[in-house]
Amino acid sequence: MLLDFDTLKLIWWLLLGVLLIGFAIMDGFDLGVGMLLPFVARTDNERRVVINSVGPVWEGNQVWLILGAGAIFAAWPALYAASFSGFYLAMLLVLAALIIRPVGFKFRSKMPGARWRSIWDWALFASGFIPSLVFGVAMGNLMEGVPFQFDSELRASYAFGLFDLLNPFAILCGLVSVTMLATHGARYLAIKTDARVAARSESASRIMSLLWLLLFAIAGYWLWKSDFGYAISRGAGTGAMPNPLLKTAIVSPHAWFTNYQRWPATQLLPVIGLLAPLMIVLLAHSRLRRVAFLSGALGIAGVIGSVGVSLFPFLLPSSSHPSSSLTVWDASSSHRTLWIMLIAVVVILPVVLAYTTWVYRVLRGPVTIAHIESNPDTTY
Amino acid sequence: MTDPTLLELSRWQFAVTAMYHFLFVPLTLGLSVLIAIMESVYVMTGRAVWRDMTRFWGTLFGINFAMGVATGITMEFQFGTNWAYYSHYVGDIFGVPLAMEGLMAFFLEATFIGLFFFGWDKLSRLQHLVVTWLVAIGSNLSALWILIANAWMQNPVGAKFNPDTMRMELQSIGEVIFNPVAQSKFVHTVSAGYVTGALFVLAISAWFLLKGRHTEFARRSATVAASFGLAAALSVVVLGDESGYTANQTQKMKIAAMESMWHTEPAPAPFVLFGIPDTAHRTTHDQIKVPWMLGLIATRSTDKEVLGIYELVDIARQRIENGIPAYSALQQLRADPQDSAARAVLEARAGDLGYALLLRRYVADPAQATPAQIEEAAWGTVPSVGYLFWTFRIMVSLGFFFILLFAYGFYQAARRRCDAQPWFLRLALWSLPLPWIAAELGWFVAEHGRQPWAIEGVLPTFLAVSPIPASNVALSLAGFILFYSTLAVVEVYLLRKYIRLGPALAAPSAAA
Repeated sequence: MLLDFDTLKLIWWLLLGVLLIGFAIMDGFDLGVGMLLPFVARTDNERRVVINSVGPVWEGNQVWLILGAGAIFAAWPALYAASFSGFYLAMLLVLAALIIRPVGFKFRSKMPGARWRSIWDWALFASGFIPSLVFGVAMGNLMEGVPFQFDSELRASYAFGLFDLLNPFAILCGLVSVTMLATHGARYLAIKTDARVAARSESASRIMSLLWLLLFAIAGYWLWKSDFGYAISRGAGTGAMPNPLLKTAIVSPHAWFTNYQRWPATQLLPVIGLLAPLMIVLLAHSRLRRVAFLSGALGIAGVIGSVGVSLFPFLLPSSSHPSSSLTVWDASSSHRTLWIMLIAVVVILPVVLAYTTWVYRVLRGPVTIAHIESNPDTTY
Repeated sequence: MTDPTLLELSRWQFAVTAMYHFLFVPLTLGLSVLIAIMESVYVMTGRAVWRDMTRFWGTLFGINFAMGVATGITMEFQFGTNWAYYSHYVGDIFGVPLAMEGLMAFFLEATFIGLFFFGWDKLSRLQHLVVTWLVAIGSNLSALWILIANAWMQNPVGAKFNPDTMRMELQSIGEVIFNPVAQSKFVHTVSAGYVTGALFVLAISAWFLLKGRHTEFARRSATVAASFGLAAALSVVVLGDESGYTANQTQKMKIAAMESMWHTEPAPAPFVLFGIPDTAHRTTHDQIKVPWMLGLIATRSTDKEVLGIYELVDIARQRIENGIPAYSALQQLRADPQDSAARAVLEARAGDLGYALLLRRYVADPAQATPAQIEEAAWGTVPSVGYLFWTFRIMVSLGFFFILLFAYGFYQAARRRCDAQPWFLRLALWSLPLPWIAAELGWFVAEHGRQPWAIEGVLPTFLAVSPIPASNVALSLAGFILFYSTLAVVEVYLLRKYIRLGPALAAPSAAA
């Protein structure tokens, strides 16, 4: 194998970031569109415009989440096992939302009744809102650390439930995520729709990006004032076998800021996370719609990147037994598996990006009420 | 020790969600290919009826596809949420085909399915046809990767236990991908999907013909379904036979339990056509046997034995006894990773470590196990014989029934007389649920026959479960049942609505 084990772990940490950001950008706008559906569209035809703006593409977008989960399973099995089972009820909430989404898109327009459609509209709202909130809440809990430990067979046990996850800081992070993805959805709608829906989306994007900016700044300030943070006090050495029990970690207030001092270039990430929503506040209602949309995507990368850099090398810190924490160095799969999966991603992902681009090109141009009315059967 | 309520609930949840998911998968597999065939004919001949067929069956495909996607996400999450120790213990190997499925298959089908519905007037005929085929290829590729993952649970090749990380690790990706169990399982499963799709099309076409509606459309659909279905049904049975052969190489206990064969029969072993398994007395009453047949299926020979349950339990007992020193050596290594003597013992006996783990159900430390506990664990390797015996036989009978049904349909279609026999049309219509029953029974045989193992010979199911409160699992199981049942009602309602509307109304200009 060309690359040594530690380099591969680092590459896979970066790839984890790429996949999560890819998910948040690609699936993020349809989650946002779902959240905005009852607000930016009032009449049935307007709502159909909104739904059809993502109708042909959301299914492919959701694969980013599925790939993310699959890649965590393959590359970070310890993280997959501990986080999915530890956050059990939160994960099931997300699952319920993700099950509603496909059927919501597909089934809503199959029946004419106003009540039937209204039920699905709110179901689509919930299925956009809940995952956005829960993913943000999860990020917040990663910053704080969650109480879990491993026994000597690496069997995890947890000392928290769903309501422990819903603490004030985590909810704040959840709202950052909600406003960020709602902004992104609004910017998408501003491009893909016209007339009233587009105008309302412009306004929604201004309000949501303002909130995103404020909440992200407050979260950063809160983090600065808090004593969240962990550090590895004795590592297992380079190239060590991935086993979280071979290291010692401690609570270390302010540790979440040390990486920015060590690698100053990383300070760009939180700065982008603040500048991007500011740009959108300024660009809303202007003709620079593509610039505004790209700012949103960049801002998402900035926010998620900030979380990653703060935590590094931690993936899932344990607040009750810091030495049980999962880190980049001790939660990965084997050298061989990381290498095989890297080759697979490097070969296949560009192909995926190429055909996805082609599909978006075919479907380019806004969805209008006239289009819905003249194609009652080809549209949702 | 694992909480027995937690274990039961977690197993029920996996079984319920997996079997529910597999209500939609076979129809997706079969219809995607059938639609692609119909559209190919349309592009080649340019005749509008073939486009109407593509769109009508495509509408039904879409409703079903949405449910397949929705229930599939649960499956991918569930290894982590409910089987966390499993995920830790074998994620290094098992995660690879799952990630590959997302990368290679899900992106393909999910990205192009949108264009299939929305691209009719945005693409040329040929472009749209390519899109349809890509959806079909994507869904079939996803079956390939998930069956490679499943086959590894049945026959865990290309992997080795690593005491430093306390888990199984990948040794050879080639062995995992070219696992012989995966090959036969893949073809068997996708063929079962094709049978399901074909019978779905045949049954609904038969309904139209009985009602005298859309006869031109229905006759053509029935012809495609019957010919495709006949090929698929033959393939299911042939590859099912191949699965039996590979299972006898790797999972002899599954074969013995399916046959309710308590003692080794002299070669060539007979096949038990009928019998009443009696697990309490470990015997089978009132047997009707077909001489030679099992020997031929399972060993492809007339001189090799097929081992019986008693003999296989003896082997399991030896492997448990052989595994106990490996387990003890592992404990010593955990205390002192430098202990090279312990490492050597573990290395030599790692293949039987899983068998020692079986004892954890009866005793905290396998090294302290009494002979009675070892005996209990050895008999614990026998899955429930009664259920397997019957489910297997019903599945096989259905398989042969499908061959006859499609063969007759094909014969009549070739003579252009398939609408002249109302009894046949009625039979085809009433056969509609049968492929689903066969497919679910097949999964029951495959997965229940693997018990007590999550990974055959490596990790017992009771150790694999997530250590979460049983009440959480009870809550989620109840939620799934409620939620899924509601969606199933909606789905069936919508399918019925669009079938009743028929091709002309459901797809005057297009379908979505």
